[in-house]
Amino acid sequence: MLSHAGNKRCIDKERRPVMGDFVDILTIFVLAILVGFEVISKVPPTLHTPLMSGSNAISGITIVGAILSLGMQHTTLTAVLGFVAVVFAMINVVGGFLVTDRMLGMFKRKE
Amino acid sequence: MSLAVINVAYLVAALLFIWGLKELAHPRTARRGNWIAALGMLIAIVFTLLDQQVLSYSAIFVALVIGSAIGAVLAMRIRMTAMPQMVALLNGFGGGASVLVAGAALIEAVGIAERPVTLQLTIATAASGLIGAVTFWGSLVAFAKLQEIISGQPILLPARHAINAVLAVVTLALSVGVVAQPENMWLYWLVVAVASVLGVLTVIPIGGADMPVVISLLNSYSGLAGCATGFVLNNNMLIIAGSLVGASGIILTQIMCKAMNRSLPNVLFGGVGVVAAGSATDEIYAGRIKAATAEEIAMLLESARRVLIVPGYGMAVSQAQHAVRDLVRLLESRGTEVAFAIHPVAGRMPGHMNVLLAEADIPYEKMLTMEEANPLFEQTDVAIVIGANDVVNPIARDQASGPIAGMPILDVDKARTVVVVKRSLSPGFAGIPNPLFAADNTLMYFADGKKAILDLINALKDL
Repeated sequence: MLSHAGNKRCIDKERRPVMGDFVDILTIFVLAILVGFEVISKVPPTLHTPLMSGSNAISGITIVGAILSLGMQHTTLTAVLGFVAVVFAMINVVGGFLVTDRMLGMFKRKE
Repeated sequence: MSLAVINVAYLVAALLFIWGLKELAHPRTARRGNWIAALGMLIAIVFTLLDQQVLSYSAIFVALVIGSAIGAVLAMRIRMTAMPQMVALLNGFGGGASVLVAGAALIEAVGIAERPVTLQLTIATAASGLIGAVTFWGSLVAFAKLQEIISGQPILLPARHAINAVLAVVTLALSVGVVAQPENMWLYWLVVAVASVLGVLTVIPIGGADMPVVISLLNSYSGLAGCATGFVLNNNMLIIAGSLVGASGIILTQIMCKAMNRSLPNVLFGGVGVVAAGSATDEIYAGRIKAATAEEIAMLLESARRVLIVPGYGMAVSQAQHAVRDLVRLLESRGTEVAFAIHPVAGRMPGHMNVLLAEADIPYEKMLTMEEANPLFEQTDVAIVIGANDVVNPIARDQASGPIAGMPILDVDKARTVVVVKRSLSPGFAGIPNPLFAADNTLMYFADGKKAILDLINALKDL
């Protein structure tokens, strides 16, 4: 815990959701890309459309940033940007997961 | 809620995303996987709402409800044939959200004393704005083309490469400006504006059959834009989720390019060579085309033991998938073995045909990939091609040059008899004649896809 060190940088570290040095975050990025390649390459071609819509829903994760900007209401402009971003991202999340479920529900085995 | 708890929740969400995608490895587990990922998203959203930076909830809930309602209506209403448009639209919203979130984050960082304006933040903000705007506008153009609001044909501007190159350089220069002077917000919005034009102009020259590549690429961009936003917000979960989507789009793009034997730059910048087909077409087709009636084909099918059906975009256009399913059931009830051979770029997006066939209750075991199907054609009595053209053109295999040379194809010409359901002899997207139509073992069945199959079913029943 660095929060009471009294130095501005450390206060900031505690305040932000996830904080790390650039190299740490870059490491996570590179590892996540590798995991992504590993996992996605196992998805069979028959499921490529649901894969796209499902991964689209996941890319709606920017909603996290949008909620913070809207909830913080730093300025009117940031609140408006946050609002539209929440709407956009939520369309992605709800639309993406639901349409993927609809499609996957149709993939059936031989009786 | 303490930040440590929120961060653990984010870690759980990221793991659920990975786990969910892993379950997509098989149609049996895929549906569960989708819900696992959705659970991850729910956890991420709920714990973000508990963050103490969130001061007011009313606006958030209004936005959440509006977005959910639009998303739910879209998801429930969209027709399976329109799925490429839907995915294009979703890609666009993802990119748009990244632009807005990064913009807001930059304003906050400049305005709030405790937030350091680091190099990571400014570079990532510029990247989010750039990639996000290209994704948003590129996806809207792709959507408009697929929905046929604008022509699906390539729209080629004069000097488009020069224009795009200039725009790209300007965007990059403005991005450097954002990094150097983050307090000048207008620089960021300029990046977004110029990147928007770039997004429109890069997708507008790309035509119908190349759409699978474009949609895959935009899918990847929407992930990378999310990733860049993760760097802006210093949020590991965003980076992990964005990377997964980015990787997925890149893999699909590669598969699509390979299936067309074209490089990505060729698809994006090459345009499609408009081939003057005229005399060559006559030479190939003259006197060699054999047209058949539904009755003749029905007799052929009656004695067939194995039938392979090759669907293409034309099947989607004429909504023939349900009629095809009825034909399959009828043939199977007579002891014929039927399966589908699906080319990776058949349709307008990866897996497009599979979704349509699944909608028509065709079990997924019957949907064969090109690699699985090709060895089977030699032992196939009848191959039925419905609405596919370039992906079954033997020129791709047999000639060393030309617009589709080297493209892997479905070897339908090796089947004992080939039936091609097609309205006319018009060329496919590549604009070249198809010698398959004139082959000795090919029968042309000139009709609209759906009507053709319905007539065939009736003819079979009458035998």
